[in-house]
Amino acid sequence: MITIDSVSKKYGKAEVLNVASLEIPTGQSFGLVGNNGAGKTTLFNILLDLIRPTTGAIINNDIQVNTSEAWKNFTGSFIDESFLIGYLTPEEYFDFIGELRGMNKADINTFLAQFDEFFNGEILGKKKYLRDLSKGNQKKAGIVASMMGNPQVVILDEPFANLDPTTQIRLKKIINTLTENREITVLISSHDLTHVTEVCERIVVLDKGQVVKDIETSEATLKELESYFAV
Amino acid sequence: MISHFLKLEWKQYFRSAHWQKGIAIKVIMVFFALYFIVSFLAVGVGGYYLLKKEFPDQDPLQMVNAYLLYAFLGDLVVRYLMQKLPVMNIKPFLILPIKKSKLVHYVLGKSSFSAFNIFGLFFYVPFSIVLINEGYTTSGVLGWLFFIILLTQANNFLNFLINKNNKAFAIIASLLALFIGLQKFDVFDITVYGGQLFDAIYASPIYALLGVLLVVVLYNLNYKQLRNQVYLDEAVSQKVVEAKSADLSFANRLGDVAPFIKNDMRLIWRNKRTKTVFLMSFLFLFYGLIFFTQETYQKMPAMLMFASLFVTGGFTFNYGQFIPAWDSAHYKMLMSQGFRYRKFLESKWILMVVMTSILYFLSIPYLYFGLDIFLMITCGAIFNIGFNSLFLLFAGSFNRKRIDLNRSGFGNTQGTSATQFIVIIPLMLFPMLVFWLLNKFVGGNSGYIAVAAIGVLCLLLKNYAMNFIEKKYIKDKYVMINAFGKEA
Repeated sequence: MITIDSVSKKYGKAEVLNVASLEIPTGQSFGLVGNNGAGKTTLFNILLDLIRPTTGAIINNDIQVNTSEAWKNFTGSFIDESFLIGYLTPEEYFDFIGELRGMNKADINTFLAQFDEFFNGEILGKKKYLRDLSKGNQKKAGIVASMMGNPQVVILDEPFANLDPTTQIRLKKIINTLTENREITVLISSHDLTHVTEVCERIVVLDKGQVVKDIETSEATLKELESYFAV
Repeated sequence: MISHFLKLEWKQYFRSAHWQKGIAIKVIMVFFALYFIVSFLAVGVGGYYLLKKEFPDQDPLQMVNAYLLYAFLGDLVVRYLMQKLPVMNIKPFLILPIKKSKLVHYVLGKSSFSAFNIFGLFFYVPFSIVLINEGYTTSGVLGWLFFIILLTQANNFLNFLINKNNKAFAIIASLLALFIGLQKFDVFDITVYGGQLFDAIYASPIYALLGVLLVVVLYNLNYKQLRNQVYLDEAVSQKVVEAKSADLSFANRLGDVAPFIKNDMRLIWRNKRTKTVFLMSFLFLFYGLIFFTQETYQKMPAMLMFASLFVTGGFTFNYGQFIPAWDSAHYKMLMSQGFRYRKFLESKWILMVVMTSILYFLSIPYLYFGLDIFLMITCGAIFNIGFNSLFLLFAGSFNRKRIDLNRSGFGNTQGTSATQFIVIIPLMLFPMLVFWLLNKFVGGNSGYIAVAAIGVLCLLLKNYAMNFIEKKYIKDKYVMINAFGKEA
């Protein structure tokens, strides 16, 4: 369970985030939507202890993220390309992350084998450095790396952007299997309303740093979101 | 249209990373630029008189002429290695309503003004003025100068034609070596013929116009070649190097730090700038030669200590001072992974220690200069391993400048801040001072012992120091993430 308790972030006088209280139960697939500058990435960065909140705290499975680092062992994430190491090949990158997450070579190979379909033959064995891959393929590598080492929480910022249609569909399948057993919590942000409504059972809308909607996904959700954003 | 391009050039220049720097670095860079310009000018102005004085019975112009051919061949080699046609610049224009022919002319025309073509003028122009002043015929000297400028331009365009061809480079380089060799062993002296050519231009400057013909022909060849290749998959393409994975599993024996060590080895080998740092550290090995061979320094033991530190410290200094900025591009990712920060720092430390040890091993030939010198190098190595490695790790926690690994290595000052200048004091001046004081006032081997002792002491206290350093890094984590996230 992730508890967000009165978290706010101010830069000078400008407040970019102010979330009074938000609880994400274990096993939930949680979607975050909002226009540019709504505070989605800021919230994820605070959740990963990459920036400090001005007030409040986030507790990730009983661990307050800015006081202990134990959450790192069960939290996988992919925020943007800066999470990749450009001068490594995808294989070497997976090895690196895998080793940090306590996997051995055999574990890593079995793990990667599940994603053959998702990679679509464009990632492994291509003799290319990550920096030379296309945006979409970089994203594929980053997303898969975020799931290494059996994390209990997976955080993905805009995972659907830059992916080709086939891969988008495959990613949705992967996310659905992740949350199937209600053990892994998945947090996703997206600009694509159709994708989040399909994948997430709960959707929170941020606007200028504030939670403006908190919806349990149903048939009507997509319509509701579309009408909200059609200003 | 031209004015549009010129405006863009202006902006490109003044908004480039060169100028977006702290004032201190700007001052230093301007200083170096001025230094080089002044030295060239000095050689240009003084060269004539110097030659006249050294070789009173020979004509300075003829002497210069004799070696001009070498200068141009050498120039071509340097250009081949360093000068590339800036084709990528026109990518944004390809979809605008501008004729491709114009774009090609623009790229080629622009290359005429590249620094490679301008630099030589700082020598040739003042040299010509002196010549005229000394009573050489004005028309002859101007024709000669004109011809030289044209040849420089011809070199410029010739380079672009052969640049993609390794064979051409091999031919030019071996030609240069061959001529030097033949001349050295008195078989065949190319300088005679080279000299005659340039002497002839001076005698009848009208032939300088032949240079125009040469430039026009080469320019047109370039134009024809490029005009048909203005496509994203041809001339205007970014080269992708095939990834080569070496087996680094031997590093696995290092246990917990192995992933980082492997990563660092790849970092060093696969990025231009780090590769330059790595290769330069072997050049530093020869630094001692400058000091140990000169009589003047024998009486200044502190300066010898300075050189000794450099002999084995090249890698530690150059790589260590930018820790952890080398990892700035993916620093966020590292900070969201579950590992002890200590491991990350430890891997950097091991790398510096191993490299210093290798360099120390390679410095054994310095025994030639006597046991004293080698003892000094040994003390320097111990100090580098014990004190400097740890100190640089600590100093690294003050680094706040991102380094873009994709940028080139040479003369790249990205990541440089005041830290890099301040650390010199404890790294170099401190051991020099210790050595100097003890050597002067206590005498004997006390200087050596003291410097080495500091190193050994630090090595023994490594764990305490590491704890302290680790805390400092963790404390500054957010500031670093924020700073490294900003575009350099």
